[in-house]
Amino acid sequence: MQLPWIILFTPLLSAVLIILFTQRWRNLSALISIAAVLVSLAASVELFRTFPDAWNLKSPSLQLPWLDFTGYAGVQFQVPIGITIDGLSKAMLIVVCGIGSLIHIYSWGYMAEDEGKSRYFAGLSLFMFSMLGIVFANNFAMMFIFWELVGVSSYILIGHWYNKPAPPAAANKAFICNRIGDFGFMLGILLVWTATKSIDFTEIQDALPALVKNPAMAPFLTAAVLCIFCGTIGKSAQFPLHVWLPDAMEGPTPVSALIHAATMVAAGVYMLARVYFVVETSAAAMEVIAWIGTITAVLAALMATQQNDIKRVLAYSTLSQLGYMVMAVGVASPHGAMFHLFTHAFFKALLFLGAGAVIYACHHEQDIWRMGGLWKKQPFTVATFAVGTLALMGVYGFSGFFSKDAILIAASESNKAIYYCGLFAAFLTAFYMTRLFVVVFFGKARTEHAAHAHEVPVVMWLPLVLLAIPAFAAGYPWFIEQFLHTPEHHGHSLVPCIASCVGLAGIVIGFLVYRKQEKDPIYIPLLANKFYFDEIYALIVWNTQDLLARISGFVDRWIIDTAIVRCLASGTWGCGFILRFIQYGNLQGYALLLGAGVVALFYFILFFK
Amino acid sequence: MVTLNNYLLVSGLLFAIGFAGVLLRRNIIIIFMALELMLNAANLSLVAFARFYTVTDATQKVLPNYNGQMLVFFIIAVAAAEVAVGLAIIVALYRARQTTNVEDLNTLKF
Repeated sequence: MQLPWIILFTPLLSAVLIILFTQRWRNLSALISIAAVLVSLAASVELFRTFPDAWNLKSPSLQLPWLDFTGYAGVQFQVPIGITIDGLSKAMLIVVCGIGSLIHIYSWGYMAEDEGKSRYFAGLSLFMFSMLGIVFANNFAMMFIFWELVGVSSYILIGHWYNKPAPPAAANKAFICNRIGDFGFMLGILLVWTATKSIDFTEIQDALPALVKNPAMAPFLTAAVLCIFCGTIGKSAQFPLHVWLPDAMEGPTPVSALIHAATMVAAGVYMLARVYFVVETSAAAMEVIAWIGTITAVLAALMATQQNDIKRVLAYSTLSQLGYMVMAVGVASPHGAMFHLFTHAFFKALLFLGAGAVIYACHHEQDIWRMGGLWKKQPFTVATFAVGTLALMGVYGFSGFFSKDAILIAASESNKAIYYCGLFAAFLTAFYMTRLFVVVFFGKARTEHAAHAHEVPVVMWLPLVLLAIPAFAAGYPWFIEQFLHTPEHHGHSLVPCIASCVGLAGIVIGFLVYRKQEKDPIYIPLLANKFYFDEIYALIVWNTQDLLARISGFVDRWIIDTAIVRCLASGTWGCGFILRFIQYGNLQGYALLLGAGVVALFYFILFFK
Repeated sequence: MVTLNNYLLVSGLLFAIGFAGVLLRRNIIIIFMALELMLNAANLSLVAFARFYTVTDATQKVLPNYNGQMLVFFIIAVAAAEVAVGLAIIVALYRARQTTNVEDLNTLKF
């Protein structure tokens, strides 16, 4: 059983090699990184071939002892590095390694001229290692550690162009938002550990039924689930911590495709599906999860309709789709969530890479109103982008149709309000994607750069074509059943019909509104300004943390510096100032003072016993 | 009979005269001489103490105490060295400033 270890540690080896030895040779670094991810991919394929039926593989060789805290204050606490191989991790493995390799190859073209290519590829390799660690984790502590590692690599990659002002700020924002969520996640892990005395997923699963029977434990379990869900809110950018994901688009586009669309942001959903046996112990927490997902799905879709940056439209679309997945977990359909995660990873990575190709062709122009008429100049990009768009809209026959319907069916069975919100989000999705597609590819070129755009090099469009295949086909049972058990729904022809009609309505309205437009005919400030979330948060931070900082600053400047430090300094200076008048330059005066001093000394010695 | 008090009185007078000279005279050479007078006042009292405070050894024989006299020798030697240095400074000072009046030497002040 060496294969999982090879999959996990090859990218780490590559990251270490690049950072320590090959920083200077940029193309060599890129090759090492690409080779590492291809090795991981090959090992994953071999793993599938060797154990096609092993949905729940258990083997002692899949667990290494690592940290052992046993004996400290009588605590039994061990953190092993273990590997889980089941349906969930296999599906994620194909997503992470498959999309990861295509994006590594695409990056070869996209980052060809970049000065920091070595750093970039080292970051990608580190990310692959951390993400695979999350996928394989068999206990909470290991998952949390890799959870933080993906945060770090995401931070490094968002801030890749650190000479510009926006990317480092976006990197900080992403990291801080994630930390807020991760703090809750950590508390949740500790709560579960307190209750079950274990961090191992299988052991927790065995220990839970006894806890569920105890009604007094219900609030405790709800608190634990909600705390764990905080990790998802941060990592999968759910409302109210969603603000970091659109800003994270400041990073290179392949990074947006890999980390902020396909894999890392989906890690929150994957984690919920992985610990679903914990989540389902609390109905109240499930309700909260479902509604948070729904709110995110609708709000983000609304915001996406008014964005003008091609990557930001896709980012809000990602938020919305992540909301869908979280909603699916909340309405007791973790398989639906994983199904949508799986298909979404392919078509959203495809869309981001397509957007990257458009940006690259238009000389790093990201405003969709400065593009237009690209369909004649970039045939491969347009064709593949269209596949991704149709899949995202959930048009019949494309992968998104199957997975979105799985979620909507689950929602319609569980909660009608959530179901209608989901339909509304589906309508908005179709609308804003039509807007994006029509504005970018149809009509006349609006700028010189767009007029002179040409197709990207083969190293960039080949991954697009390769991704378009699963983006189209990933939803069909013969494809998805290889990797994942999907929920089976019979007698639900109504929901897919309604969803298709709603999507079609979105497409038609979008097409009619945005056909042959030179600038946006609709302007809704509330949506264009993203519901003023950033401003509200800035206000909150201004009134809490900055207030505290200002008070601390006042105390430091006026009380510590002025009243204490400068009081001593000025006291010493003042004494010196008074005493310096004794130095008046008369030799005999000094002698007199000396004599007077001696007399005073004698007086004190003789008469004060 | 001349007692220790008489010696100390003379010594004190000499010291007071020397000190008054240091404080009141303006010529730096005179001040220097007055300083020497103060040193000699100290010498006188030391010699007087040596004369009047005897020690008794193991065989009940009374011996003069030479400690004070030894100290006087040291003071004379140090005073001689001090005079050499002091006069050299005064000569250098005179060459630089063409004066020996202390009221003109008041630049070392705030």
